[in-house]
Amino acid sequence: MNGFPVSVLVTMAAIVVMLAIASLASALLGRLRPGPAQDNLRLRVRTWWQMVAVFLLALVVGRAVSIAFFALLSFLALKEYFSLIPTRRVDRRVLFWAYLAIPFQFLWVGLEWYGMFLAFIPVFCFLLLPLRMLVIGETAGYLRAAGTIQWGLMTTVFSLSHAAFLLILRLADDPGRVVGPGLVLFLVLLTQLNDVAQYLWGRSLGGPPVAPKVSPNKTWAGFLGGLGTTTVLATILGPLLTPMAWPASLGAGLIIGLGGFVGDLNISARKRDLGIKDSGSLLPGHGGILDRVDSLTYTAPLFFHFVYVQFHWTSYSGQVHWPGLS
Amino acid sequence: MNRSDVPYADWLRRLFFLLLVRPVLGLILGLNGRHLQRLPRRGPALVVANHNSHLDVFVLMSLFPGALLPRLQPVAAADYFLSHRLLSWFARRVLAIIPIERHGRSGRRDPLAPIESALDRGQIVILFPEGTRGEPETLGQLQSGVAHLLQRHPDLACIPVVMRGLGKALPRGEALLVPFCCDVVVGEALAWNGDRRQFMAQLEERMAALLAELHPSSWE
Repeated sequence: MNGFPVSVLVTMAAIVVMLAIASLASALLGRLRPGPAQDNLRLRVRTWWQMVAVFLLALVVGRAVSIAFFALLSFLALKEYFSLIPTRRVDRRVLFWAYLAIPFQFLWVGLEWYGMFLAFIPVFCFLLLPLRMLVIGETAGYLRAAGTIQWGLMTTVFSLSHAAFLLILRLADDPGRVVGPGLVLFLVLLTQLNDVAQYLWGRSLGGPPVAPKVSPNKTWAGFLGGLGTTTVLATILGPLLTPMAWPASLGAGLIIGLGGFVGDLNISARKRDLGIKDSGSLLPGHGGILDRVDSLTYTAPLFFHFVYVQFHWTSYSGQVHWPGLS
Repeated sequence: MNRSDVPYADWLRRLFFLLLVRPVLGLILGLNGRHLQRLPRRGPALVVANHNSHLDVFVLMSLFPGALLPRLQPVAAADYFLSHRLLSWFARRVLAIIPIERHGRSGRRDPLAPIESALDRGQIVILFPEGTRGEPETLGQLQSGVAHLLQRHPDLACIPVVMRGLGKALPRGEALLVPFCCDVVVGEALAWNGDRRQFMAQLEERMAALLAELHPSSWE
């Protein structure tokens, strides 16, 4: 753990303390006013503990494990997606190929091959998966199948892999400084806090919904309250966890607040289209993996590019696959 | 089939499920179980399930705690599972199947006798009344063997189970396993009602109702 930033460890400790408070509060609430809502809250908090434990451990253990963690997350999310959407029997092999894209996409991250990382799913998978379908030759439902499969890859694999790519970034003028874990922690922490803040503001203030047809529970008050909370938190945490000063951190907070909201709605619209409430049952109290990473599918790529254009970057291995902005 | 002559068999089964079946089913597929508390905790009992995939039997067996593994015995077609030596060894030693003749040659011994003797020993017998994996993700015609068993043992606990998604992951005639989340719903025990035809109708109805608990997924 050479040069693992202290600020990241302190933030992790703060997250654990926050969860402990949440556990205590939910236990107290369950004692005072027992009911199904309290049981659900306790279940949610317990699942939070498990998710946080796995995530923090993956981040601390090392780069390869962190990348593998995001690859696993992508796999679980894509599997959930493929299990819910209507698929064609003839496309079994196409779906298998789509799953195969995951190890490759995260291999590019591990190899620090930026060009391939950016092009692999939007260009090569986009062109190759239809080729596999053409070999099978079934045209009924062709467009819908090709479209939905690519949509899943983009959302669950391409988008989420940007969080992993943050891990390997190094500042060109300070290559010894470990910035990856701080950037990822900043992104994931603020995205999740934004979800919680939007929910709490929405619940306490109520008011008119932003998109009543997609998600009647998401109100303007929740959206703006969450955005404000996230922006304030980002402005404070950014200079501690990332190479960004406070003005850029403020910008990152706005991006995460806005992106998180749209990402959440995006997955909600998909669920509404399919006529389901939860994407799965892997995370008791939360639903499926997709219900938890919905906001991250938007915030990860948006935040990545926001950070990427601000600095000159180099790579770990010294083989510079991309020139940065010089 | 006398299992007492192979003392390692129980350990082999437990290791096989612990090291291979549970990790593969958990990670590659991901099981979403409902009402698992309705599964029998002791034998004799009959677990009746729909059949779409070779994975079905592994999923059903892994729903039970490891300690109950020696009690579990799936009924399987002798013509298929005993067709060659390696498969036969695996089916007998690891899965501990009860082989039965699918195409009942009349005049020979009672095809249900081996199942009855397992039940007499207090085993939990797993039965696929469709008789074959059939079309993926559809419930086929149920064979009436279950009703005959219940008629002879009216007190027997008969628990219907419906699985969905496994026919997508590994359908009949395919060797490539494609990851899909799978659902398992366990129903309430079905009591013998005195009439074979009515019992089968009730079982079919119960299994269709369990299937309806799940979100329909289209698979054309």
